[in-house]
Amino acid sequence: MGNASRLLPLIPLIPGISSLVLALFGRAMGRAWAGRLASGAVGASLVLAAIGFADVTGAAPGQRAITVQLFEWVAAGSFHARAALVLDPLSSIMALVVTGVGFVIHVYSQGYMVGERDIGRYFSYLNLFIAFMLLLVLAENLLFMFVGWEGVGLCSYLLIGFWFERETANAAGMKAFIVNRIGDFGFLIGILMTFVVFGTVSFAEFLPLVPTQDARVLNAIGILLFVGAIGKSAQIPLHVWLPDAMVGPTPVSALIHAATMVTAGVYMVARTAPLYAEAPMALGLVGAIGAVTALLAATIALAQEDLKRVLAYSTVSQLGYMFLACGVGAFSAAIFHLVTHAFFKALLFLCAGSVMHALAGETNIRKMGGLRERLPVTYRTFVMGTLALAGIPPFAGFFSKDEALWSAFREGYFLLWAAGLAGAFLTALYMGRLWILVFEGRFRGGSETAQALPESPPSMTWPLWALAAGSAVVGFIGIPHHSWIETFLAPSLAVRTPRPSSMYVEASLMILNVVIAAGGLLLARRVYSAEPGLPETMAKEPGRLHRLLREGYGVDALYDVLIVRPVLLLSRVVLWRAVDRSLVDGSINGWARLVRVGGEGLRLSQSGNLRLYLFFLFAGVMALLGWMILGTTWAS
Amino acid sequence: MIPVQHYLVVSALLFLIGATGVFFHRNLVSIFLCVELMLNAVNLTLVAGSRSVGNLEGQALALLVIVVAAAEAAVGLAILIALHRKRETINVDDQNLLRY
Repeated sequence: MGNASRLLPLIPLIPGISSLVLALFGRAMGRAWAGRLASGAVGASLVLAAIGFADVTGAAPGQRAITVQLFEWVAAGSFHARAALVLDPLSSIMALVVTGVGFVIHVYSQGYMVGERDIGRYFSYLNLFIAFMLLLVLAENLLFMFVGWEGVGLCSYLLIGFWFERETANAAGMKAFIVNRIGDFGFLIGILMTFVVFGTVSFAEFLPLVPTQDARVLNAIGILLFVGAIGKSAQIPLHVWLPDAMVGPTPVSALIHAATMVTAGVYMVARTAPLYAEAPMALGLVGAIGAVTALLAATIALAQEDLKRVLAYSTVSQLGYMFLACGVGAFSAAIFHLVTHAFFKALLFLCAGSVMHALAGETNIRKMGGLRERLPVTYRTFVMGTLALAGIPPFAGFFSKDEALWSAFREGYFLLWAAGLAGAFLTALYMGRLWILVFEGRFRGGSETAQALPESPPSMTWPLWALAAGSAVVGFIGIPHHSWIETFLAPSLAVRTPRPSSMYVEASLMILNVVIAAGGLLLARRVYSAEPGLPETMAKEPGRLHRLLREGYGVDALYDVLIVRPVLLLSRVVLWRAVDRSLVDGSINGWARLVRVGGEGLRLSQSGNLRLYLFFLFAGVMALLGWMILGTTWAS
Repeated sequence: MIPVQHYLVVSALLFLIGATGVFFHRNLVSIFLCVELMLNAVNLTLVAGSRSVGNLEGQALALLVIVVAAAEAAVGLAILIALHRKRETINVDDQNLLRY
C-alpha cells in the first residue's frame, strides 16, 4: 500500500488537467498533438490505475481499502463531506475498466475523428469525461460521487451535441440532460435522506450503520438512490434518452453510452450494496425494473433499422441484466457483467463506427450487407463481439450472463430468471440479424457508399483487436466456482451466502443458455439469409407488432402527449404570455410609459414665453414667502 | 419723523408696479426699466430699514445694489442691441427659439 495513496489523486487529475490544456490551447496545438495529448493523459491514468490495482490485489484481504483525503469540502454544522478518494477492490476494478476502455477509445478517436473540425474541443470533452468518471468511481462519499455523477452527465450532454450545427444533436443532448435531471432529483433526495438518517454520507461510515435502521427507511433511501440509477443507466421508464444519444460521435457512444457512464447506476447500487441487502423492497424494485428492461429493450432492438440504435437498445437491455443481478443479491455478478459488457459493447460500437467510416456515415442496416470482404478486420472483431454479447462460450458475455441468470435461478427468482432467459434469446436474435444484414449477403447500398473507403486505418483497427481480445478472455476472471472476481470484490459488497444448489441443475442451465443463444443466432441466420429483402418489405408494409417495436412501444409518443406538450403549453400560455409578457414586460413597459406620458405633459410648460416664466418665478417666490411668514405666524 | 411703515408701503407699491410692468410689457427696454424700478423699490426698503434700526448695513447694501444694477444694465443693454441686430426685433414674445 505504499505509493498508491500518493498517486491516487493523480488518476482523475491528469485527464482533468489535460482537458483544461486542450480547452485552452487545443486549437493552437494542432490536430495530431491534441489527440496524442488526450490519449497520453488517459494512458497515464491507466498506468496509475494499474499500479493501484496491483497494490490492492497485493495487500492482505482485510486491508484492501485506502482512503486519501484531498481536503475538507463541506463543513456546515453537523454536516461533513470530504473531498476524498477511496481505492478498494470495487473502485480499483472500475477505475481499470474506465481508463482501459477509455484509452483504447481515445486512440480509436484519433483515427475516427480525422477530418473533423474542433478536434481539440472533442478531446477536451472526452478527457473531462474520463476525469469525472474516475471521480465518480473513486469518490469516498455519496456527495462527492454526485459531483462526478453530474460531471459525466454534463460531458455526455456536450458530446452528444458535439455536432451542434445539427438540430437533432442539440435536441438529443437536451433530452439526455433533462431525462437525467429527473433521475438526479431522486438521487439527490436519496443523498439528503442518507444524511438525515445516518448523519453522514461517507460510504465507510454509513454502510456499517445500516443494520441499525428500520427497513422502511432503508427501502425509501434505496428506492430514491435507484431513481438516480434509472436515469443514468437508462432503465425503463427513463431509457428514452439513450437511443437518441446515438447522434453523437460513435466513439462517444462506445465510451460514454455503452462502456462507462451508463454503468454508473449499477456501480452506485453495488457501492451501496450493504444498504440494498437490508432493503428488500428496494432490491425487489431494482430486480424487477432490470428484468423488465432487459426483456423489453431486447424486443425493441429487434425492430430497429439504425445500426447504432440497435446497439443502444442492446445496451439498455444489458444494463437491465446488471440490475437484475443486483436485484437478486448477486452484486459481484452485476459488476462482472459490467466489466465484460464494457469490453464487448465498446467493441461493437467501434465496429459500427468502422462500418460508418467505410460507408460515409451510413447507419441504416437496410443499406448495408456483404461488408465481410471489404472490412475483414471489422468483420472478425464484430463477430467476436456478437458471440460475446449473445453468450457463446468461451467469450466473456457467456460467463457473466450465465452468472447473473444462475444467481436469479438459485435464489428462487424464477420470474426474473425467465425474463432474463427470454431476453438472452432475443439478444442472440437481434445480434444475429445485425451480423447477417451488415456483413453477409450482397451489398444493398447506393453507388455513392459503394465507392467509399476500404478497411479503416490501423489506429482504428488495433483498438478493435484490443477490445476483441478483451471480449474473448476477460470472462475467465469469473469461472463458476473458481470466480476470481467474486472473491476479489467480496470485501466491498454485501455477500449473501448463496442458497444450496445442485451442480447438475447449474450445469444444465448453463447448457440451456448456450442452446438458447446459439438458437437465436441460427434462427436469425435462417430468416435473414434466406430472405435478404425481408427488412425492406417489413419497412414498406410494417405489421402492427413490427411498428410497435420500431417505435419502442410508443414511449416517446406517450411522454410527448403526457409531459412534453402540457409543459410546452403551460410555458407558452402561463409562463410566457401571463408571467413573462404581461407581468414582467408589462411592469417594465408600464414604468416607461408613465415616464414618457409625464414628460409629454411637463414639456408643455416650456412654452418659450419669457413673461410667463417670470410670472411663475414671481408666483413661486411669493408662495414661498407666504408660506414662511404664515408658517411662523401660525407656529407661534 | 415719518414712520417706517410708510416707506415700506411705498416700496411695496413700487415693487408691484415694476413687477406688473415686467409681466405685461413686450418691449425689452420697457422690461429693463421695470426691473430697475423693482430694484429701486428694494433699495428704498433697505435704506428705510437701515434708518429705523439705526445701523448702516442696509445703506451699504443699497449702494451695492446700485452698482450691480449699473453693471446689469450695461450687460443687458449690450445683449439687447446684439439681439436687435440679429433678429431685428426686441419683442420678448418673438424670442421663443427654445420652446418645446
